Amino acid sequence: MIPSPVFAAVHVLPDPPLAWWTFIISTVVKMIVVFTVYMVGVAMLTLAERKISAWIQGRLGPNRVGGPLGLLQPAADGVKNIMKEETLPAHVNKPIFMLAPMLAFIPALMAAAVIPFGAPWDSRWGRIPMVIADLPVGFLFILAITSLGVYGIVLAGWSSNNKYALLGGLRSSAQMISYEIAMGMSLIPVLLLAGNVTLNAIIDQQASMHIWNVLTLTISFFIFMVAAFAETNRLPFDLPEAESELIAGYHTEYSAMKFSMFPISEYANMATSSAMMATLFFGGWDIPFTTQDNTSGVGLLMVLLSILIFAVKTGFFIFVFIWIRWTLPRFRYDQLMSLGWKTLLPLALAYIVIIAALLLALDYAGLQRGWLYGLSMLGVNAVLVFIVFFILDRGRIISPAYGRATPRQIARLRAVTAARSHLTAQSGD
Amino acid sequence: MAINVKVLARPVEEVSYVRATLKGMARTFKHLFDPDKVTIQYPEQKKDISKRWRGTHRMLTDETGKAKCVACGLCPTVCPSNCIKLVPGEDEQGNRYPLVFEIDEFRCIFCGYCQEVCPEEAIHVGRHYENSEYSREGFVYDLERLTAQTHPVCEMWDPADPKGE
Repeated sequence: MIPSPVFAAVHVLPDPPLAWWTFIISTVVKMIVVFTVYMVGVAMLTLAERKISAWIQGRLGPNRVGGPLGLLQPAADGVKNIMKEETLPAHVNKPIFMLAPMLAFIPALMAAAVIPFGAPWDSRWGRIPMVIADLPVGFLFILAITSLGVYGIVLAGWSSNNKYALLGGLRSSAQMISYEIAMGMSLIPVLLLAGNVTLNAIIDQQASMHIWNVLTLTISFFIFMVAAFAETNRLPFDLPEAESELIAGYHTEYSAMKFSMFPISEYANMATSSAMMATLFFGGWDIPFTTQDNTSGVGLLMVLLSILIFAVKTGFFIFVFIWIRWTLPRFRYDQLMSLGWKTLLPLALAYIVIIAALLLALDYAGLQRGWLYGLSMLGVNAVLVFIVFFILDRGRIISPAYGRATPRQIARLRAVTAARSHLTAQSGD
Repeated sequence: MAINVKVLARPVEEVSYVRATLKGMARTFKHLFDPDKVTIQYPEQKKDISKRWRGTHRMLTDETGKAKCVACGLCPTVCPSNCIKLVPGEDEQGNRYPLVFEIDEFRCIFCGYCQEVCPEEAIHVGRHYENSEYSREGFVYDLERLTAQTHPVCEMWDPADPKGE
């Protein structure tokens, strides 16, 4: 009945296989380069966070080590953390206590392996894809691996044998599981549109439609971004390490390098989430307004340009992460759960239905994935964005404690409160 | 005791999340590029302190370099924290002078009564706050140390000119 099947919309031609030694050498080189760039980037992120937070708050930020920009501050921090005393409290479960920082750190790095960071390079040794592991299921791999990161945090909280750490770990697991669902659901429209779970195919799809997914699937992007904030434990969802309530949360008992593994993995997760946003919704490494990089491999210059494009997009989202952190206050725990389960999840589910119906209708109308397809999705999207951001997001408070109360109940509660406060005032303290 | 639930009257009708967040982000973004920073880079830059700042003590000297103190004993009497140790002495001409004059800067609460009560305007609290020592003993300033201080002294509050104009 449907003329063109949805799942055959984007054809990904398999690249000709490389010689085995080219494969090994190129992969090793890519691994070393990506790992180095990633680790240096994460180190610089700590500086960026401190600088941006300072500027937003009208301060100057670190400027004593390495010039007025404080460029050597990460190195100084690293040296400090390595030199510090490594404490191992007597009451901890030692094997798990030692294992937890690694469990937090490794998945954060692993996810970076499957994100394509540049256009494939047509070198004289064959077409080298600019991704460490060109997994056909790269997308699912990232979802799976990033959710493993919660084990590090939960086990750190559990093995510390400390009430604050345990509460932090508990919050983190509840939060991550709640937002994992909304995150996965928010990405289904992207998959429906691309018809493929390979990240390169999603980039190709955006290039072939001449429009970024953020413009056609804004709600998806919005839900993904909120969920990504929760997944990476960033403010406004940093309840696992809420200082004012839990001291330092799950890493209360950690010191020195074991402690610094947790911030490093948090920043690495942030970088991975940003790269995912850039890839899934902002066209990845695709150079805007050009088409020659879309169909096949390109020369070295274009490869470098595409890597630069990808880095700029990723950097922008990292900046957004930091920017949001220094803008919003922390959610209360019931608000967090309420937002995840009662707002984002139904929104994502409804959005899947709408987008699936829309795609079906557009396919049925015989449209190919191209300009017209993108434009019609853009039109529908504009309507949906208006509905969600201007009609649904009005006059609602995300709080189960308050949201359901009728004016009469509130009046009654106020009367009770007033009576009690009168009593306490009389008892005198 | 039951927990009191405080219910605030919130303007639910006007609430929005996404738009309010964007507004907040615009505000913080403005601050991001605001060149007006509040940081005072401490060792290089210092905050201006008040003319009536009461800090480290200073003993003023006369033209000959001797302390102006006549060991009248008013300052140890008035001192509320009992941090001034004074042993008076007398020379051949019958002039009183302090044999021992010590101020324990740790005990001192910098009320400035000593300066207020001094008939010779000898002991002063100063416009100075950077004291650090390697031992607690170092904070007991003797007469030699008090006369050797060079920082400006506190201008006392004048009831006739309460704003210091």
